[in-house]
Amino acid sequence: MKTDGPFYQRDRTWHPPALSRDYKTSVSRSPKYPLISLETTVSETTGPVFGHGDIAASDNDLLTNYAASGESPIGERIILHGQVLDENRRPVPDTLLELWQANAGGRYRHKKDTYLAPVDPNFGGCGRTLTDANGYYCFRTVKPGAYPWRNWINSWRPAHIHLSIFGTAFAQRLITQLYFEGDPLIDKCPIVQTIPDEKARAQLVARLDLNATIPLDAIAYRFDIVLRGRRSTLFENRQEGN
Amino acid sequence: MTQELDYLRETPSQTAGPYVHIGLSPGAAGFDIYDHQLGGDIAGPHAKGERIRVEGMVIDGTGSPIKDVLLEAWQANADGFYAHPEQAGSVEEGFRGWGRVISDFDTGNWGFDTIKPGLVDTGTGQNMAPHLNFWIVARGINLGLNTRMYFSDEAEANAVDPVLNLIEWERRRDTLIATRSERNGKPVYRFDIRLQGDDETVFFDI
Repeated sequence: MKTDGPFYQRDRTWHPPALSRDYKTSVSRSPKYPLISLETTVSETTGPVFGHGDIAASDNDLLTNYAASGESPIGERIILHGQVLDENRRPVPDTLLELWQANAGGRYRHKKDTYLAPVDPNFGGCGRTLTDANGYYCFRTVKPGAYPWRNWINSWRPAHIHLSIFGTAFAQRLITQLYFEGDPLIDKCPIVQTIPDEKARAQLVARLDLNATIPLDAIAYRFDIVLRGRRSTLFENRQEGN
Repeated sequence: MTQELDYLRETPSQTAGPYVHIGLSPGAAGFDIYDHQLGGDIAGPHAKGERIRVEGMVIDGTGSPIKDVLLEAWQANADGFYAHPEQAGSVEEGFRGWGRVISDFDTGNWGFDTIKPGLVDTGTGQNMAPHLNFWIVARGINLGLNTRMYFSDEAEANAVDPVLNLIEWERRRDTLIATRSERNGKPVYRFDIRLQGDDETVFFDI
């Protein structure tokens, strides 16, 4: 018997609005009609389940997952770790996290990226892992570089890592970007600034975590992720009309 | 002063950007890295039901196809059950019900093979018409867009579908109905998604 009810509604004043003119591509890719609000049905409260058969244990190590034997990518070696929780502070175990990023020079390994900074032969730029029983995850990678993009004539993305998280339901599906503490480009970026609330923007900035470093090897950043929470069924009877 | 509520706030969304394929579909970005790329096979080899193909484009507010879009599909099997532990019914071995689809970089066309889902029991005595759930991300989309695809040959079920009937503007319901045709004897459903404009696809806040 199900004990969890519908998901808390998404606070769409906390998330970025679809239309944010300073991020130019959003102008023609944002719906003009309002969204139709839907009480979550089984189509939204379920979602795909992944297991250790789907991915390799080494997929979370970007220092080795594309490197030639005995070689390593160039760049600042970092550990990225954190916990996936829901809004009720409950850990989200066994959920799939995928990430992707540019290399240390800001160049993506993608056939459409033509930035003149070179690709790193030992760096692919993607990783994936499952959270453990307590919702924890970790990756090893290099810190990505800033890169220019065609928005304004002189726009530069802050160093960032893209993250994709599943949770337990299609309603929790989320893609976001992680930034690094102290980066002066964060406040100038129109993609960061699509998020109206300063406290919400701060939630995307990973914190330097010296306690999690490996001395003489890799520095560490901590980034926790919060997915939508679910109502407990406080009263079993449904409201009239449902 | 009052007590504080102890809830956390959801991590805010950001666009997936133009290079989303590196993380979610690296083969398309142009390199082989994983033994097993996720999301290529939705129904698996043992699924019951009618084998179908779904094709379409995602089109922006200027009428141009979006060539860097990524869609995820989530669907029930032919009995109307999702491959999820909360679901009481079971699905066939190898049926995941989830897939990942990317558009062609040159044309913007996308397509995938699956099975047609069955009616889904909402648990409140009402059935939902057969449908696929879509989640759409791309450069310029700040928060993934949710929509549903229904089937043109299910007019009777569509007419009483509780979600379609939430859409007050009857003409907008048609934007969620994929049109059926046949190619080499195989059913093909065409589902174009228009992000913006007068014939804009209905998107849901789920």
